Amino acid sequence: MTEKNEIIRFEGVHKWFGEFHVLRDINLSVYEGERIVICGPSGSGKSTLIRCINRLEEHQRGSIVVDGIELNHTIKNIEKIRAEVGMVFQQFNLFPHLTILENLTVGPIWVRKTPRKEAEATARDYLERVRIAHQATKYPGQLSGGQQQRAAIARSLCMKPKVMLFDEPTSSLDPEMVKEVLDVMIDLAEDGMTMLVVTHEMGFAKRVGDRVIFMDEGVIVEENKPALFFEHPSKPRTQEFLRQILEH
Amino acid sequence: MNQATDNRRATPRIRGWASNRQLLYQFLVIAAVTGFAYYLFSNAQANLNRQSIATGFGFLSQEAGFDIGETVVEYSAGDTYRRALIAGACNTLKVSFIGIILSVTIGTLVGMARISGNWLVSTLASAYVESLRNVPLLLQLFFLYALATDVFPHPREALSPITGVFLTNRGLYFGIPAMAPAYKFAGIAFLITLAALMPLRYWARRYRDNTGKILPINAISALLCIGVPLIVWILGGAPREMDVPELRGFNFRGGASISPEFGALLLGLVLYTSAFVAEVVRSGIESVNKGQTEAAVSLGLKRPHVLNLVVLPQAMRVIVPPLTNQMLNLTKNSSLAVGIGYPDFVSTANTTINQTGQAIEGVGLILALYLFFSLVTSFIMNWYNKRIALVER
Repeated sequence: MTEKNEIIRFEGVHKWFGEFHVLRDINLSVYEGERIVICGPSGSGKSTLIRCINRLEEHQRGSIVVDGIELNHTIKNIEKIRAEVGMVFQQFNLFPHLTILENLTVGPIWVRKTPRKEAEATARDYLERVRIAHQATKYPGQLSGGQQQRAAIARSLCMKPKVMLFDEPTSSLDPEMVKEVLDVMIDLAEDGMTMLVVTHEMGFAKRVGDRVIFMDEGVIVEENKPALFFEHPSKPRTQEFLRQILEH
Repeated sequence: MNQATDNRRATPRIRGWASNRQLLYQFLVIAAVTGFAYYLFSNAQANLNRQSIATGFGFLSQEAGFDIGETVVEYSAGDTYRRALIAGACNTLKVSFIGIILSVTIGTLVGMARISGNWLVSTLASAYVESLRNVPLLLQLFFLYALATDVFPHPREALSPITGVFLTNRGLYFGIPAMAPAYKFAGIAFLITLAALMPLRYWARRYRDNTGKILPINAISALLCIGVPLIVWILGGAPREMDVPELRGFNFRGGASISPEFGALLLGLVLYTSAFVAEVVRSGIESVNKGQTEAAVSLGLKRPHVLNLVVLPQAMRVIVPPLTNQMLNLTKNSSLAVGIGYPDFVSTANTTINQTGQAIEGVGLILALYLFFSLVTSFIMNWYNKRIALVER
């Protein structure tokens, strides 16, 4: 992996929510084309970690460098990074007053300054890829949860991002819709997209993950290749967590 | 049409509709209401006959014989009651129209200030809202009117905070540019520019669609609206003569003026209603899910674009219905003008009733006018609300 370019680098990052120390001394490097799965119990700081990458959360100590740009208070830099980093949310967050096609073109038109025809052609391509091409003129409220999440993924992809962040993308979906979203994510991974995925879908982690990161109480407890991580977790905290999510 | 018949067919027959007991109840209720209405009507008729007051709207064509302090339309005591009532209606319309524009503008600014991250700004906005909307409007009007008539000095000792502006207990007097043809032309130029903005904005959108380039169209529009009339004014010889009010005898002559009654009423209505509008705007913006803003900024959209493209369109559908209510409230509250002597419609109608004794017709006219204003406002706002409504599943 070392021959590849480093695209995200955390160095000694700390973050507090008031008194609550949510991230403690995070050091992490992500290389181009890597697929990283982040898991851990709720409140462990895994969502906060990826939300720091596009500055939806502000870190208070240490440094985060994304695509060669350091995240600080310069709004121009933050906007530049956000355009290069796609984000998929647990609650989809599609814009309910815009059609699916408009949801997908708003970024390219207003941020990338793409002519409308071109933006719409790209959008239709991505809708095809996430297999909802026929829903282009509908509104988000008219789609199922799984379709909405796939549209949300397509919306991020339309910006041609260098990195995609997924914040529990399947956690608010009905069980039968999880697969259709995971299939899209697997396609994306196989195309070589750099991905950071917060999820408890262990099947997904095993299949496409290059590294699994386990977090607890704001600390990266353990990171390893998926096979090793699931078969031979080294830390007792990891073993306990895996027992709880795998034993049903 | 088709749909209507379908709906009727689809509606199941209400069970028990044919029951005799229910039919009897319905009949009794209808009989009671009709009987009461007949009693009221015949009672009024008998009383009117006894006092030999003619019914009908014939009085509208008689000479009014009373003066109206300030009017928008031409009016003198020799005109008919009809003319007097129209003058009153125009006064109501004037204070409501200006009041609605000002209170929506100020209310929106205060509402946004209230959710500002700046502690001082949001605290000041909260204080504005809480103090103004919790004091009864009539009390505020009395206070403002007393301020205008008792505290401000006689015209002879007028306060002049700015050159050409005079505060007196007879009203606010200020200088305006003396009428010159250049102003008329500038005014026409302004209207033409305004009309030309629509095709211009359409062209700018087409240009963006085709090339992707985003023009600062709002800034350009604003610049044109100020610039074009200014150029016309300069070409027209740039007249700078002012018509400044001057103290002649007991009062000021010339310039423009705002009477204490109109000033107090407008200020009172605007302060009071804008506090409510601020709350409507604040709740509307806060109703938009935080995830929407996060998704928008995650795409790299700039703050103003996030607001214009994502937050406001969603906030508007929450804001518009209660905002319509506030507009209606302001219009109806303008009848509190009676309390401080501004000659609005209620005031002129009251005088008409007192002089002619046509109370039923007069009150009927008042009801009809306010109903008409309210329905027109509702109609426009409902049309707008439909246009921005969300498509749900």
